[in-house]
Amino acid sequence: MNADLTSLVVVAPLLVPLAAAVASTVSAGRPRVQQAIGLGGAILLLGSALVLARAVAAAGQVRTALGGWDAPFAIEFVADGVGASLVVLAAVMGLTALLFQQDDTDPAPASPAFVPLVHAFLAGACGAFLTGDLFNLYVWFEVVLIASLGLLVLGKERRHLDGALTYFVLNVVGTLFVLVGVALVYAATGHLNYVAIAHATMADPYRVLPFVAVLSVGFLVKAGAFPLFAWLPATYHTLPAPALALFAALGTKVGVYALLRTGGAVFPTVAPLMSDLLGWVAVGTMVTGVLGAAYHWDIRRILAFHSISQVGYILLGIALGTPGGAQGALVFALHHSLVKGSLFLIAALVCREAGSYDLRHIGGLSSARPWLAALFLLQALSLVGIPPLSGFWAKFLVVRETLVLGHVVWAATALAVGALTLYSMLKIWLEAFWRAHPREDWQPPPGARPASAIAAAGLAAVTTAFGLWPEPVLRFTFMAATVLHTRP
Amino acid sequence: MIWAVALSAGALVASGAYLALSRDALRAVVGVSLIGAGANLVVLSAGRLDAVMPAFVPEGASRLADGAANPLPQALVLTAIVIGFSLTCFALALVMTIRQRVGDTDSTGLRAAEPPAGADGLPAFPDDER
Repeated sequence: MNADLTSLVVVAPLLVPLAAAVASTVSAGRPRVQQAIGLGGAILLLGSALVLARAVAAAGQVRTALGGWDAPFAIEFVADGVGASLVVLAAVMGLTALLFQQDDTDPAPASPAFVPLVHAFLAGACGAFLTGDLFNLYVWFEVVLIASLGLLVLGKERRHLDGALTYFVLNVVGTLFVLVGVALVYAATGHLNYVAIAHATMADPYRVLPFVAVLSVGFLVKAGAFPLFAWLPATYHTLPAPALALFAALGTKVGVYALLRTGGAVFPTVAPLMSDLLGWVAVGTMVTGVLGAAYHWDIRRILAFHSISQVGYILLGIALGTPGGAQGALVFALHHSLVKGSLFLIAALVCREAGSYDLRHIGGLSSARPWLAALFLLQALSLVGIPPLSGFWAKFLVVRETLVLGHVVWAATALAVGALTLYSMLKIWLEAFWRAHPREDWQPPPGARPASAIAAAGLAAVTTAFGLWPEPVLRFTFMAATVLHTRP
Repeated sequence: MIWAVALSAGALVASGAYLALSRDALRAVVGVSLIGAGANLVVLSAGRLDAVMPAFVPEGASRLADGAANPLPQALVLTAIVIGFSLTCFALALVMTIRQRVGDTDSTGLRAAEPPAGADGLPAFPDDER
C-alpha cells in the first residue's frame, strides 16, 4: 500500500463517525434522513474498521503521522491488533445501538440529538483506540465524556439530571487526573508520542513512576475500578436502552484500553512496578462489583454493577504484565462488551414485554416469550463462562495466565466471582422468566418489534460464533498482544 | 517563579476540592472547574517557566533562538482550557435546569437517579411521561 492509502485506512474509522455526526446534526429537522445517515454511517464505520483490521492482520501494525512531520514530532495515529479489534467492536456496537432504536422497544421519545451523539461517542472511542499520542488520548477521552453527558441528559427528567451531575463531577475529576498525568510525563520526558516516551523512560523508570501513577488513577476512574467506580452504577440505568448498551460496551473499555496500552507499550519498564497494586485493585473490583449486583432488583442495575466485576477480570489480565495477560484482557474486553451489550438490550425487551425492569414485578416470560428466554439464557451462560461460549475462552485465558505466574489467590478469587455471577444471572432467570407473572391477568403487549430483536440476537450470534469457533479471534489477539509487548 | 506557580496550582486544587465536596451542586461545579484551573497551570509549567522569549523563529534562522519559550505546552493548555470551559458551561446549564426543576441545588435532596429500594424498575423513559 502507498502512504496516502495507509493514512486513509488508519484514520477512516475516525473520519466516518465524525462526518456522520456532522451530517446527522445538519439533517436533524428530517428524522428519516437523519436515521438513514446514522445507520449508513455505522455500516460504513464497520466496513472501514474491517479494512483496518485486515491491514493490521497482514502487517502487525499500521501507522501514519499527520502534518508532514516525522515521528516523534508529528501527531501519530497507530493501529495495531489491540486498537483495530476494539475499533471493530465499537463499529459493531454503534450499528447495533442505532438498529435497536428503530422500533419502540425502548419508550424513549425520539430525540434529534441521539444519532449525532452516538456518532460523536463512537468517534471519541475510535480516536482513543487509534491515537499514538498521549495528549491526543486525553482529548479523545474528553470527546467521549462530552458525548456521554449529552446522551445522559436526553431525557430531561429529574433522574437524568441527577445522573448527569454525578457522572459529570466524578468523570471530570478522572480526566483531570489524566491531564495532570500527561503534563507531568511531558515535563519529565519531553515527549508525548508513545514510542518516544517508551524510549525516554526505559533507563530510569523510578523517575516517572509517580507521574505514571497519577495518569493511571485517571484511567482507573474511567475504567470503573475499585474504589473509583461510584459514577457507573449511579448513572447507567438512567440512559435510554440503546445508549446503555453502547456505554456498557465502550464506556469503561476506553479507560481499560488506556491502561493496557500505557502498561504494555508506553511505560513498559514502569508498569511492572505497579503490577501488584493493580492486581489487588482488580481483585477488589471483581468482588465489590459482583456483590453489588447481588443486592439489586432492577435488571439494569444488576447488569451495571456486574460490569464492574468484569472490568476486574480485564484489569487482572493487564496487571499480569505479560503478553498472555494482555491477550486475556483483550479477549475478555471484546467478549464482555458484546455479551453485556446484548444483555442490556435483552433487558429492554424484557421490560417491554413484562412491564418493568424490577424483578419483583415481572415473570412468566419463559412460556410467553420462549425465544427471549433462550436468548437470555445463552448470553447469561456465556457471561458466567460455561464452555463452549465466549465467556469460557475469556476467563480461561485470564485465569490460566494468572496461575502460570503463580498468583493463586487472584485466580481463586476470579473463579469464586464466577460462581457469584451465576447467582445474579440465576436471579434474573428465575424471577423474570421461570416463575409466573405476579399479576394473574397479565398479558404480554401485542405487536412484533423485529429491529430491536434482530439487534439483540445479532450480538448474541456474534458472541456464540466466537465461542464455537474461537481460533480466528485467538490468533488475532495473540498477534495483537505480541505486537503490544514488542519493544520498538 | 516555579514556586509561585506550584503554590497557586496547589491552592486552586485545594480550594476546588473543598468546594467540590460541598452538598450544593453549584459549588461542586465551581469547585471542579477550579481543580481544572489548577491542572491547567501544571500543564503550562510542564514546558518550564524560565524561558520567556516568544516562540518565533528569527528571520533567516531554521530553529528557535536560545531562551525561547516552549510553544507546545501553550498549545496543550489552550486545548485544555477550551475543553474545560465548554464542560463548565454545560455543567452550569445542568445545575440551572436542576434548580428550575427541583427548586434548589442541594444535592442531598437529589435522589431521583438512585431511588430508595422498592421504587426503581422504571424504564429510563416510562411511557406515561411522554
